[in-house]
Amino acid sequence: MPRFPHIKKVLLIGSGPIQIGQAAEFDFSGSQACRALREEGVKVVLVNSNPATIQTDPDMADEVYIEPLRADIIAKIIEKERPDGILSGMGGQTGLNMTAELAERGALKGVEILGTPLEAIYQGEDREKFRELMKKIGEPVPISYILNDIRQIDEALNCVGLPAIVRPAYTLGGAGGGIAQTKEELVRITESGLNRSRIRQVLIEQSVQGWKEIEFEVMRDASDTCVIICGMENVDPMGIHTGESVVVAPILTLRDDEFQMMRSAAIKIIRALDVQGGCNIQFAFKEGDYRVIEVNPRVSRSSALASKATGYPIARVAAKIAIGLRLDEITNSVTGCTMASFEPAIDYVVVKVPRWPFDKFKSADRTLTTAMKSTGEVMAIGRTIEEAFKKALRSVDTDVTIHTNPSEIRMILSRPTDERFACLFDAFRQGFSVEEIFNLTKITPFFLEKIKNIVEMERALAVNAGIEDIRRAKKYGFSNLELKELTGKSWKEIEKIIGAPTYKMVDTCAAEFPATTPYFYSTWETESEIVPDTKQKVLIIGSGPIRIGQGIEFDYCTVHAVMALREAGVIVHIVNNNPETVSTDSDTSDRLFFEPMQLEDIMNILKSDNYYGVMVQFGGQNSVNLAVPIEKEIKRLKLATKILGTTPDAMDIAEDRDRFSLLLDKLDIPAPPNSSAFSVEEAHAKAKKIGYPVLVRPSYVLGGRAMEIVHDETELDVYMKEAVRVSRNHPVLIDSFLQNAIELDVDAVCDGSEVLIGGIMEHIEEAGVHSGDSACVIPTQSLSKSVLLRVRDYTRKIALGLGVIGMVNLQLAVKNDIVYVLEANPRASRTVPFVSKATGIPLAKIAAKTMMGKKLSELGYEERDIKHVAVKEVLLPFNKLPGVDTVLGPEMKSTGEVMGIDYDFGRAYYKASISADNELPMQGNVFISVSNEQKDEVIAISRKLKGLGLTLYGTSGTVEYLTQAGIEANLVRKVQEGSPNVIDLLRRGEIRLIINTPKGKQSRQDHYQIMRAAVDYAVPYITTLQAAKAAAHAIDALKKEKITLEPISHYIGV
Amino acid sequence: MNIEIMKAVLGLEDGTYVTGEGFGVEGECRGELVFSTQMTGYMEALTDASYFGQMLLFTYPLIGNYGVDLQNFQAKKPWALACIAREICAAPSTGIPMLRYFEDNGLLGMSGIDTRMLTIKTRVMGTLRAALVVGDDNCEYAVERATTAPQISEEELIPTVSCKGPYHVEGRGKRIAVIDLGIKKNMVISLRKRDADLYVYPYNASATDILGSKPDALFISNGPGDPMHATHAIQCVKELAGNLPIFGICMGNQVCGLALGAKTYKMKFGHRGTNQPVRNSEGKIFITTQNHGYAVAADTLPEGCRVSFENVNDGTLEGFTNNDLKVTTVQFHPEAHGGPRDTEAFFFDSMFRRIS
Repeated sequence: MPRFPHIKKVLLIGSGPIQIGQAAEFDFSGSQACRALREEGVKVVLVNSNPATIQTDPDMADEVYIEPLRADIIAKIIEKERPDGILSGMGGQTGLNMTAELAERGALKGVEILGTPLEAIYQGEDREKFRELMKKIGEPVPISYILNDIRQIDEALNCVGLPAIVRPAYTLGGAGGGIAQTKEELVRITESGLNRSRIRQVLIEQSVQGWKEIEFEVMRDASDTCVIICGMENVDPMGIHTGESVVVAPILTLRDDEFQMMRSAAIKIIRALDVQGGCNIQFAFKEGDYRVIEVNPRVSRSSALASKATGYPIARVAAKIAIGLRLDEITNSVTGCTMASFEPAIDYVVVKVPRWPFDKFKSADRTLTTAMKSTGEVMAIGRTIEEAFKKALRSVDTDVTIHTNPSEIRMILSRPTDERFACLFDAFRQGFSVEEIFNLTKITPFFLEKIKNIVEMERALAVNAGIEDIRRAKKYGFSNLELKELTGKSWKEIEKIIGAPTYKMVDTCAAEFPATTPYFYSTWETESEIVPDTKQKVLIIGSGPIRIGQGIEFDYCTVHAVMALREAGVIVHIVNNNPETVSTDSDTSDRLFFEPMQLEDIMNILKSDNYYGVMVQFGGQNSVNLAVPIEKEIKRLKLATKILGTTPDAMDIAEDRDRFSLLLDKLDIPAPPNSSAFSVEEAHAKAKKIGYPVLVRPSYVLGGRAMEIVHDETELDVYMKEAVRVSRNHPVLIDSFLQNAIELDVDAVCDGSEVLIGGIMEHIEEAGVHSGDSACVIPTQSLSKSVLLRVRDYTRKIALGLGVIGMVNLQLAVKNDIVYVLEANPRASRTVPFVSKATGIPLAKIAAKTMMGKKLSELGYEERDIKHVAVKEVLLPFNKLPGVDTVLGPEMKSTGEVMGIDYDFGRAYYKASISADNELPMQGNVFISVSNEQKDEVIAISRKLKGLGLTLYGTSGTVEYLTQAGIEANLVRKVQEGSPNVIDLLRRGEIRLIINTPKGKQSRQDHYQIMRAAVDYAVPYITTLQAAKAAAHAIDALKKEKITLEPISHYIGV
Repeated sequence: MNIEIMKAVLGLEDGTYVTGEGFGVEGECRGELVFSTQMTGYMEALTDASYFGQMLLFTYPLIGNYGVDLQNFQAKKPWALACIAREICAAPSTGIPMLRYFEDNGLLGMSGIDTRMLTIKTRVMGTLRAALVVGDDNCEYAVERATTAPQISEEELIPTVSCKGPYHVEGRGKRIAVIDLGIKKNMVISLRKRDADLYVYPYNASATDILGSKPDALFISNGPGDPMHATHAIQCVKELAGNLPIFGICMGNQVCGLALGAKTYKMKFGHRGTNQPVRNSEGKIFITTQNHGYAVAADTLPEGCRVSFENVNDGTLEGFTNNDLKVTTVQFHPEAHGGPRDTEAFFFDSMFRRIS
């Protein structure tokens, strides 16, 4: 069957900002879908609010709209673009929900829903419909009760019993759900679940906790051919969201008859749903019996994992199916000689381990449940499970606390947290038996035995390790560093014993057919499939798992660098371990290494072939941190490979505060007084000299980790304990804190003699809020020409002074007309994609070219004077992380970003706000609560809001103040003053916006409760006066003029 | 770590060898080295009599994870000459550990080797003869044994795996005569599920023997080696075609092809796995289990025969029908075990419809 001839133009909805439960996987799948459709001659219109995605690059689709993902806005885009079809299943749950909403509001007349039919969206998400369907086709589901009202709770309890799982309908990553052991827990979780659900529906379900959790990725085409791409088995049994579980592929512990029973069921289900494309189906399995748990009739995080685990490009194939192609008409792009209508066979083990943000959120509840809390994940490939486990743990890059106390171990094992997987090793180290651990965790003993093997190997290595032991340990995935520590042998001795790893190919077919895709993993076997040649190659180091502070932006930069080099005819290889990303798509680069990214792993790659250079600038701080060690190793091994671009020494100047201060002095550039200290005493002395408040942080920071504003000596003491533990090899940096300064970010490229300024961004939040959490705007809105001149001048001087070749990011602060340079990062920054989208200057590509020796003058780009305004706003994860402090500070907390673009600041800010789920109200009630010292500033804002027709509410102090200023405001009780108070109003949905800026301890307590309620009841809130000012401005602008709906090319003229 | 390792060496006809760890018992065997890409169902495969005369290498590196599942055996014992894998699970969660089963039952196995390397070698060079020595690592000897091993086409394998005499499995439905060339248990189960009254004959049954049970149809099973050796079965089909409906799976397909005048040929390295796509004449795709090193050459099929299935990957014949002579056969395994069950109902239901 040829593709549907009537489908000439397709609308593709992206998934919006990176958030917990919805990460980079949808950029990966959406980008693949765009390419797949355009290959077939179909025009693609893409809508996504997330600028840090490859799919929103102007040349990825025929028209790219960076606009809020809201049904009314997309409906207008549909009117304008008149697509023939909408591809619903590529934008995650957001994409499906949006499609359903568009259909419900009648916006899809003449637009065919492709891939996942509307009914399947409902059946997949609406629990009741799902159960009906399963009943109809005779597939077993757990006993359950669906409620729309908390008053039905007793009936639900009678029907289902305890423990029970609460699952709200239509939420991301199971948000708002959980497992209830008691009635009280059941009531609490159900209430919150009802509030989160788009249709106020919650399912209470018989708990199959402890059963095996099995997943299938299924594909089906219009002629009803069904294939299973990958079966996956969760190491953590039922009860923990699959996104929170350690997962292996293929399924390892099921007999063939058990496997086939569920495979057949999976096919029956996808047929019943009538999905044309990909579908994820989850089962619980126990002793020959199974239950269907849920279906996701779309590509998903699991399908991204399955794609990377097998090499089979699920999203690409799903997109082609959606426009009518049959599976046997689509070439398997991996082999190039077989068709997509087969089931991949793999000959290795894949392990996925989630990456949690608890290093950033110390107060968060770390318990793992049916709701997601992780921000990202890593994948590792090995020929043994032990090897895959060890490689995954190395990839995940978190500090692991080793537990030795058996009671503590028992606690962690029985109430799973992010620490559980590593704690399984501790348990064996402390002599626990497989049986005992199984009883605590219900993890299939098969997996426990493998962990035991690793621990036994550790023991053997520690006692008189022989050559064979060391070689065996490599097959178990031990790193050289571990071997060195465990055996006491020198690095050299170990290297001599083990030799070089072999690289094996991921080929979808277990070597049955020759494959052309260059996708490799390392292992310790006999034959390596990489044949070195004399061609010069460049290796780019990727950014690893998505975590707070190192997100999709760095994958964007990595991919752009690859594109630029490939355009220039350079052979480019990537190393990365994040299965969600575009960079790990096997056709992004000339060769992909799916590997941990420690020094040893990188050096093994560099040794395996002829590398001209390695690029460390694009993968974020982790890869920059490798620059100096890689350079040392290159020297030691006498390799010809170069670190391309800025030298490691120049990078060190930027990282080393003292060296950097010297440079600034030399260049006569002001910096806030600063110093560094290696001990508590030294810190006290330095802080006193600089004067409180001071900003303290460890050196080599990642996303402002452990950065704090310290007001006095006591706070400094507390801080030093934390920080020194966090990073004992590096000093603590102490900076004078510039209160109420305006912060700026600059992204630029330098070729060694010239500097190209990509963009100067003005932060909306004041200094003190981490730049990654602050909204920002291009062009700047409140700075004078003279300030901007100095900013440009300093950027040039610093870039040249450091000797930057490639990317550089500067953070500056402006106070009292003085421009201070806070830091310089000679690497790609988080804001590069935003700047590139806002201005049309492909900074990362330009940087990559300069690193290969091109001059800016040859490339022909210059700073652009733009007529539009682009605002970046961030997405905060508080609704996914109970117990977390919602106040913004110098520690980065956001997971993702959105962009709003229009012809003035107000409208751009409005778009950015609603894209970040902060719906600014045009009418209704606004609750205002600010501290006394800010009340002068809030009067202007309040007056404006009042003038715009909004009704103001406040607690006694604020109301009094406003009334005195002649602004009418209604009184609400403070939380401690009893009911009815502001939280009651929130619960009743009577407040449409909260402006609450915390100052001082008491109001912080109040603030905390209000914010928590705001998050739980999904009421928009603002925590800084600057943002409140911007919001008032935005509401004003919206009342005056309509938002502009134009593709990005319209603004940047591409 | 003190791990006692039994030596083992695998010699190949091209003069190369691989040393690794032996398991099971000391001993040796020689035959073809073939690989299967299936990821589950290792015991089903090892007990499939079609693997007689061959050493079965699993491309999946972890074998034995769920132990030995006797209930899924396709015969009373493993027929593959040896099991070759990257790693055999020492402590499976369920079932009898494979290592112990191999030891207790006098079977040969080898692990701890780069199986992907051997798979690529087989893919590139075609199926190789090999000799496995367990308990010793005399590589020259192993290579010598491999180079002097007979070609599989010269070997009489069927008599060993076929039943020793006819037997009857009573059922209330259609009476089906079965020629057992090494039949998998699940073919019998699929027929029994449909109430068939089965008269099972050994490989050397004659047409007269078969007609003795007054069957409604004849079914020819899978079997090992070159189908040219199934002379009796070929003769039966020649004589009976047109008289009663005839069905065949795997070697049954090849036997019918040969009986009707088509030719078979040895494939470079065959199809072995549970992920083989086949396309029927309406363009519908099914994922199937396969295990064959020989195929019917589609272009040699005589007039009246129609290709009913072809392999999506390489276009080889996966089944044919002759409506005049009422012959319906497939090269793949609709009875599954291991592998997908997508064609079970499709094949067996339509078989019973055709009989009536």
